[in-house]
Amino acid sequence: MEQQTLIDYTLHLADNALVLGHRNSEWTGHGPILEQDIALSNIALDLIGQARNFYQYAARLSNEGAGAAGLGAAAAGAGAAGLGAAGLGAGAADLGGGREMAAGARGGGGVEVTEDTLAYLRDAWDYRNCLLVEQNNGDWAKTILRLFFFSSYQYYFYQRLQQSRDRDLAAIAEKSYKEVTYHLRWSSEWVIRLGDGTEESRRRMKEALDQLWKFTGELFVPADYEKELAEKGIAADLGAVRPQWEEKVEAVFQQAGLTKPAAAWEQTGGKQGRHTEHLGYLLAEMQFLQRAYPGCEW
Amino acid sequence: MVNTAQIWSLLEQVNDPEVPVLSVVDLGIIREVREVAAVSAKPGGVADTGGAAAANGETADEGRAEDAPGLEVILTPTYSGCPAMDVIRMNIRMVLLQNGYKNVKLTTVLSPAWTTDWMSDRGKEKLKGYGIAPPLPSQQVCHPALFHREEAVPCPHCNSYHTSLISEFGSTACKALYRCEDCKEPFDYFKCH
Repeated sequence: MEQQTLIDYTLHLADNALVLGHRNSEWTGHGPILEQDIALSNIALDLIGQARNFYQYAARLSNEGAGAAGLGAAAAGAGAAGLGAAGLGAGAADLGGGREMAAGARGGGGVEVTEDTLAYLRDAWDYRNCLLVEQNNGDWAKTILRLFFFSSYQYYFYQRLQQSRDRDLAAIAEKSYKEVTYHLRWSSEWVIRLGDGTEESRRRMKEALDQLWKFTGELFVPADYEKELAEKGIAADLGAVRPQWEEKVEAVFQQAGLTKPAAAWEQTGGKQGRHTEHLGYLLAEMQFLQRAYPGCEW
Repeated sequence: MVNTAQIWSLLEQVNDPEVPVLSVVDLGIIREVREVAAVSAKPGGVADTGGAAAANGETADEGRAEDAPGLEVILTPTYSGCPAMDVIRMNIRMVLLQNGYKNVKLTTVLSPAWTTDWMSDRGKEKLKGYGIAPPLPSQQVCHPALFHREEAVPCPHCNSYHTSLISEFGSTACKALYRCEDCKEPFDYFKCH
């Protein structure tokens, strides 16, 4: 197996968790009431913690890969020097194929890949998160529904990833699964409260559904790196996750008095680095400090 | 030869910064203490895999052989995003250094995942004394059923079971917020995990 495929997959999982964690953290200090503000911030913290575990693993794989000869990944960033290595290297990478993205870039200056370079120094086209998680927060209903869609996906996904033949991914999945159980319960209850709540909460929930539904299909459309690793028993089989997810959504929607759209256009591309306009703004804010003051610590 | 029993008792001095009444041993996050041949090639003989956690603790940290025996402490986080872990790792290193253990390697493992069942009975007593309801024994991991509530959590102040959940997310990831309907005091519950 090519190491880069495993790095791509690990980054996809890391980016999903980081971007949604960041989105949820945007509510910190702005939640509708204190307890729910704290709840969403707790969930954000869990997701960012999960992202760190995946990034650390991806960094380790990247550095191991860079040590070996003949890996294309290392070459991609080789032109770039200094701290910008990961990000700059990717600038030159092919958008569609994405094989040579920054992940493995241990720059010409010998800069070590770390969880921080992966999070802060890759640009939007290097990020492999699903489009769903990067959508802007909108109102409380949209934030809740996005979290519900993604938590129910993660719940069944991590269940399967625990069986991965890659022991590091399996261990992260085992840890994350326990946390996601809380996220799923909390967000499900809120979907029901809002959907089956007042006229206004119901209207807002339906609007959120209109805005988000088209991004749910992508969760189950495997990218090349997912297909390749699923065949090897490393990635979770998304085809098996989908019916469980649909059943869960159906059950919660029934209680919430919401109707699941029959079929719709499925917007894809995030897993390959083709994002909606929202991700760029998110990264601009999240990465500002490291871009303006490289290597800054406090 | 490293006296691991002594290491364990030293680790009793390292507290959880978020719940300072508990030591890291009480919390159950120290999984193993063992002697290793050599742990580091860095000056000062200090290795730390804390930043780059090896999920299975299987990552060989290749170090140059040194004369002094090394020590490896294996720990696991409570929650993936627990912000106390970095401070805990630093404090463990400090306490061991103060007691002459220079060759210390800290390894973070994720599997098997931490559970409140690993919290010591003494730790649970201390929590209650501190005003935090300890995790109930034999609790199943958070039930996915909606609006499902755990069995009644006794109030750490008046021992009443007449309590209700305010929010299942409290001031830290590991706690939920409850109120006592009898003594009317709000309290933290160290939730099942």
